[in-house]
Amino acid sequence: MKITTPLTEETINKLNYGEKVLITGTIYTARDAAHKRLVNLIVNNESLPFDIKNQIIYYVGPTPAKPNEVIGSAGPTTSYRMDVYTPLLLENGLKGMIGKGERTDQVIEAIKKYKAVYFGAVGGAAALIAKSIKKCELIAYPDLGAEAIYKLVVEDFPVVVINDCYGNDLITENIKKYANGGKNNE
Amino acid sequence: MNIINRHILIETVERLCIEANYQIEQDVLDALNESQNKELSPIGQDVLSQIIQNDIIAINDSKPMCQDTGIVVVFLEIGNLISLNFDIYDAVNEGVRNAYQNGYLRKSVVKHPFNRENTKDNTPAIIHIKLTMGDNLKITVAPKGAGSENMSLVKMLTPAEGYEGVKKLVLNTIFNAKGKPCPPIILGLGIGGNLEKAALLAKEALMRPIKDKSEDEIARKLEDELLDEINRLGIGPMGYGGTQTALAVKVNVFPCHIASLPVAINIQCHASRHKTIIL
Repeated sequence: MKITTPLTEETINKLNYGEKVLITGTIYTARDAAHKRLVNLIVNNESLPFDIKNQIIYYVGPTPAKPNEVIGSAGPTTSYRMDVYTPLLLENGLKGMIGKGERTDQVIEAIKKYKAVYFGAVGGAAALIAKSIKKCELIAYPDLGAEAIYKLVVEDFPVVVINDCYGNDLITENIKKYANGGKNNE
Repeated sequence: MNIINRHILIETVERLCIEANYQIEQDVLDALNESQNKELSPIGQDVLSQIIQNDIIAINDSKPMCQDTGIVVVFLEIGNLISLNFDIYDAVNEGVRNAYQNGYLRKSVVKHPFNRENTKDNTPAIIHIKLTMGDNLKITVAPKGAGSENMSLVKMLTPAEGYEGVKKLVLNTIFNAKGKPCPPIILGLGIGGNLEKAALLAKEALMRPIKDKSEDEIARKLEDELLDEINRLGIGPMGYGGTQTALAVKVNVFPCHIASLPVAINIQCHASRHKTIIL
């Protein structure tokens, strides 16, 4: 399925776990250090460097771009390190996240409660994924280097729905299916 | 006597860091292709196809296969007939510094575990030195990402827990890690020695070629059984469910204390990167 950003309720309702999705539009990068700062701003009632309402955050710290490139290699980082910050961002309007690996039950609950979606990109497919990134603009925290917040314009960015707004989890469901060498799937 | 030139050592480390990050080893690529053929899950096959495509793009476009270009682990085996007229640690770090600047690699090292200020040149490297006989200087450079390293551990089991206890610990650790360490993984196990020896054995196990088997009979049995049992956990590529969770299991063993059974589990993601050269 092809979708565009910002995410609408209609789009989110159509996304079921396991669905292959190509994302086109603007997404924002943030990982550990940037999340800490964003959450501190929310707690202190200060404004964020970008409006997170209906947006997607991509957990990534790219390699430096070569002179002829938009961005270097840019695959997902492991999402669980952001889990402590995620529910507050979802409460404040964030609708999508792209990362890798499973989330905590609290995050899965928050995704359901606030009608959001968590996408998985293939970890270590950083050179392939970079081909779908067409623009990259630094918008906050240049002191963080690769961990700064970048605004990316992407075209057909390849992901899979891991957690949908109905509380489903691809990882839990499919591991059950393939446990015992796939015999449970027959 | 083999006199090593400092500049050659620096240039060699620089080249190995860049090559390791851009060019996946052929044996890993072969293993990925093999696992794609064996994978039963369609979504797992799709993940493996993206990984293989990615690794080929990285080679063709001369860019890092993964954005996490790691903290650099360097193994040096220095022969007794090698003459080094300089600070080897300093020279290795200079090579790393040059590589991460000139090779457009990500700087992922912070100065202090608590204040977390980036060193901005990816130094210091983690350097392990072994003294050997002869006039060879063997250098292995292995950039290691945090995704898989973070899922690794060392645990001191009791001798009574034995072989089955080790298997249980490994299977629990891999199951709990699920998609986080970027499966299909390569597993390095260090069993025996003491706390730090086990950890080093596990890291060294990851440097072995993907197809080789341990020469120790019990270790070899453990490698075969664990590979089979890990692949029956159902985790699959990126944890999306499937039959291809591990490409290989490598077990290195060492004598240990009568009261101890140290076990180190070092997980390596599919972007297994290491390059070796002999000067």
